Amino acid sequence: MSRSYRTAEGGRIDRSKPLSFTFDDVRYTGFQGDTLASALLANGVKLIARSFKYHRPRGIMSAGPEEPCGMVQLREGARTEPNIRATQVELFDGLVASSQNRWPSVKWDVNSINNLFNRMLPAGFYYKTFMWPKAMWMTYEEVIRHAAGMGRSADQPDPDRYEHMHAYCDVLVAGGGPAGLMAAKSAADSGARVILVDENPELGGYLRGRNQKVGAKSAMDWVASVHVELEAMENVTILSRTTVASYYDHNMLVLNEHTGDHLPTADGWTPRQRNWKVWAKQVVLATGSIERPLVFGNNDVPGVMLTNAIQAYANQYGVTPGRNAVVFTNNDSAYEAVLDMHDAGMRIAAVVDNRTIETAATKPVRERGIPVFHNHVVFNVRGNKHGVKGVEIMALNEAGDHVAGSIIKMDCDVVGMSGGWTPTVHLFSQSRGKLRWMEDITTFVPDVSFQQERSAGACKATWGLNSCLKEGAKAGAEAAKAAGFDTAKPVSSPKSSDDGMGEIRAMWRVPQPPHSHLKRFVDFQDDVAASDVELAIREGYTSIEHTKRYTTLGMGTDQGKTSNVNGLAIVSEELDKPIPEVGHTTFRPPYTAVTMGAITGTERGHHFSPTRRSALHEWHKQAGATFVPAGMWMRPQYYQQPGESMWDAIYRETLNVRTKVGMFDVSPLGKIDIQGPDSAEFLNRCYINGFGKLPVGKCRYGVMLREDGMVFDDGTTSRLSENHFMMTTTTAKAGPVLQHLEYLLDVIWPELNVHVVSVTEEWCGMAVAGPNSRELLARCTDADISNEGLPFMGVAEVDICGVPGRIYRISFSGELAYEVGVSSDWGPHVWSTLMEKGQDLGVAPYGTEAMSIMRIEKGHVVGAELNGRTTADDLGFGGMTSTKKAFIGQRSITKPAFLETDRKQLTGLKSVDGKTKIPRGAQIVADPKGRIPMEQLGEVTANCYSPNLKEFIGLAIVKGARDRKGDRLWAFSPLTKECCEVELCSPHMYDPEGERLRG
Amino acid sequence: MLIKCPWCGDRALQEFSYQGDATVARPPEPADPADANWDDEWYQFVYLRDDPKGWHDEVWHHIQGCRKHFKARRHTVTHVIADTAPMSEELKGGDK
Ligand SMILES: [Zn+2]
Repeated sequence: MSRSYRTAEGGRIDRSKPLSFTFDDVRYTGFQGDTLASALLANGVKLIARSFKYHRPRGIMSAGPEEPCGMVQLREGARTEPNIRATQVELFDGLVASSQNRWPSVKWDVNSINNLFNRMLPAGFYYKTFMWPKAMWMTYEEVIRHAAGMGRSADQPDPDRYEHMHAYCDVLVAGGGPAGLMAAKSAADSGARVILVDENPELGGYLRGRNQKVGAKSAMDWVASVHVELEAMENVTILSRTTVASYYDHNMLVLNEHTGDHLPTADGWTPRQRNWKVWAKQVVLATGSIERPLVFGNNDVPGVMLTNAIQAYANQYGVTPGRNAVVFTNNDSAYEAVLDMHDAGMRIAAVVDNRTIETAATKPVRERGIPVFHNHVVFNVRGNKHGVKGVEIMALNEAGDHVAGSIIKMDCDVVGMSGGWTPTVHLFSQSRGKLRWMEDITTFVPDVSFQQERSAGACKATWGLNSCLKEGAKAGAEAAKAAGFDTAKPVSSPKSSDDGMGEIRAMWRVPQPPHSHLKRFVDFQDDVAASDVELAIREGYTSIEHTKRYTTLGMGTDQGKTSNVNGLAIVSEELDKPIPEVGHTTFRPPYTAVTMGAITGTERGHHFSPTRRSALHEWHKQAGATFVPAGMWMRPQYYQQPGESMWDAIYRETLNVRTKVGMFDVSPLGKIDIQGPDSAEFLNRCYINGFGKLPVGKCRYGVMLREDGMVFDDGTTSRLSENHFMMTTTTAKAGPVLQHLEYLLDVIWPELNVHVVSVTEEWCGMAVAGPNSRELLARCTDADISNEGLPFMGVAEVDICGVPGRIYRISFSGELAYEVGVSSDWGPHVWSTLMEKGQDLGVAPYGTEAMSIMRIEKGHVVGAELNGRTTADDLGFGGMTSTKKAFIGQRSITKPAFLETDRKQLTGLKSVDGKTKIPRGAQIVADPKGRIPMEQLGEVTANCYSPNLKEFIGLAIVKGARDRKGDRLWAFSPLTKECCEVELCSPHMYDPEGERLRG
Repeated sequence: MLIKCPWCGDRALQEFSYQGDATVARPPEPADPADANWDDEWYQFVYLRDDPKGWHDEVWHHIQGCRKHFKARRHTVTHVIADTAPMSEELKGGDK
């Protein structure tokens, strides 16, 4: 007998295009149009994976997104991905997949010993066994993870590209089956902008796997004609291979488009996936339904499948998953499948139907000589890792709650099961729609909508093609109408047959003979059997949400698509409560897993946030700058010259400022232009110190608090005219400060007539610092910048290097210094002119490192001190705090805790031995050899070697530091184990009187 | 989520920044700034906020748009936004 399970003809595959692929290192052939699952089945591969808990052999169970068992590790290297449903992987040439949850191999799995001892692994086993002693949990967890595992993720960066898309439409239709197609058509005909989303490569939904007719055409010919029609319409976008993953508030839906997953690699400009955010005025949900398994003994042996899946493999892929089938059903839908399976050349050993009465659907099956056993059940499957060997059948007693009579043993190699159909209400439920239980068809259906959506077709438990077409057309027209297209009306639907699933005989647990302990699986992915649910109830779990977590029912990557209803029905039986009272667990997005890359999109690496470069960036680059990210800016860190080490460069830059003149690009500092008659009053209320009486032509250093009294930001603000100010902020707080000011003006003080606007990018700022700075500037401007003409903290509007600009006499380096501001466009011109004119004065650029050193030497806070827990007084600004005016945060600073004397205060640090560097981020402690945990007295916020003071210094915030000058403590880094004895000193370590900068 | 800025119209949530409870008013300044004291009124304002289940009046900032603040009446369970209005106007709708 040939090993191929491919039919001689038929199917929607292209037999002229064979594709080669490997599974667990064995090479196989499939065809274009196959899924990995259909190609494996065609090659007779039944064993796909080992199960999560018991390591039982598992095969393919479905033909769609509901697949709980047939999950593989797909691709290799950087592109490898775990937990991929083989049923949704389109085959491509060279595909490589391997099985999961097996060690060392899927055929010889060491851990399947778990299966032999499976009575030791009941529900809650992990909780009971491993939660005590707590310290051991980590050890246990590691062992469990190795043994259980769920595949492995790639250990290299993802080489693929992903995109984000944003779209708006009038009507979004989720699902391209018969109802969805008719909905899209009706909505589109009215002129509405329609997005039709379907997860498969080909529209048609369940019709792809059936042999049905629409009007006189075969159903798939009809689908193709509608597809062509829709594609020709400008107002319609069709997204195939796209899953509606999530339905969020205000009709915002997230779609996951698999643009490149069907290709060996998505190269060129094709992203691997696109993540769409769609804002839809109206939504039509046409998401279909999923067949339910039946819960009988060993229903997880490879080869036990959903009946519609066997039918789909036969019709769509030309694959018969077995040669000799038994079909076990509780409804009519399986009979159509049996006919198709028979047509495809399969032998049907028997149809086992738990219902007592023959229905019309039985007749054509009987006519083909296929035995049908009514009022019988398959209670056990015989088989192993090589697949199904046969089934055991028994009759039901009168009540239908026990098996009776003798066992009928029957050989077969595939078992179809059909426990009825569950409408796919995931998206409806995510949208906050309320569900209703329908007892006659034993399922939840959409009841009350919350958002702007309606369901149509099988997802609303409308069975039968004809009804689905009609309902889809109606829903599409309704949606368009609700979106404002008044003339919308349902397009007429072609006549077709309307077979439903008939009467259903619910049987949530198939009875088994007395004293049998057969595993009857409910949740195949999480290895939850009926006995686990029963145990959970016996142990007192009555809420469905608790039962779910205790047993892990429905918690797998499939989110229980095939197991939820069966699971809660068993809970309902055990609790003797009707199903609506038991309720259902929450459906959470996404419908199927979305890979992290799609969520990240292009926002990775350098593109995670915008990179901002100053107008002088090119100049810095030419000058050999090394850049450092600061906030969103790239700032020059230091300018290394040939033969210099990094530290050589930094110390040279620092000394050059202290002895000659240096220039530093301060463009990234936040700059806010403030105008309006109430500007001075506004600033007065924002800063702790007074700004109302600041004269025109002067600037002032200011500190801002939050309402809770903690320091928010600092910077200098200049008065350019009576009603015009220019505020600077720290680079990091430029955005938050602007937002804070806008909030105050819009919400707190709307009566103030003030406008604020960010001008950070508009101005190019350069600090010119050092003893020669005045001389340098004097060469470039006619303005009076003498000590009298522009005294310390003065500001002047001037012409500089032939262009208009401003000169601020401010200094953070402690030297005589100025800041020059010109339009960013003129920045490079002014900067290079200054550099040129100052050559004989020794002008050189300096970077952020030199700037930090000089700030530390002067005791200017560098950044880490503004940690949201320090007050103005803690940082030494207590004297600046006004008591004559109200300001933001004022009432908080009288809080008793703010007045305590042993608060952590800013202090300078010096290394006691002069040789040991103060470790960065270190803790300040009294005795590093003391007992752990020891009291943390403070922390180092900045540290450096001062080339001017020729010693290691730092800044820190330390308990009661102001009264502890001269005390010796220790700076200890628990991370690096570095330790340094430090002496507390005034933060103003260099030129404490400030003579240099005022000169 | 879509939020209707009173000046710009319906825009995606990502353009906005939540700025707190619109029903909390900042206590008025004392007549003499020297009297500004930490007291219960101020404590309530700085630290305490209700966490209502249901309709809630909020301040939002159209930070990536016109940069104006406005009020929104949002249902904290369903995220339905009944109304938005400039700070100076009253909100309507909801069950409030
Ligand atoms: Zn706006």
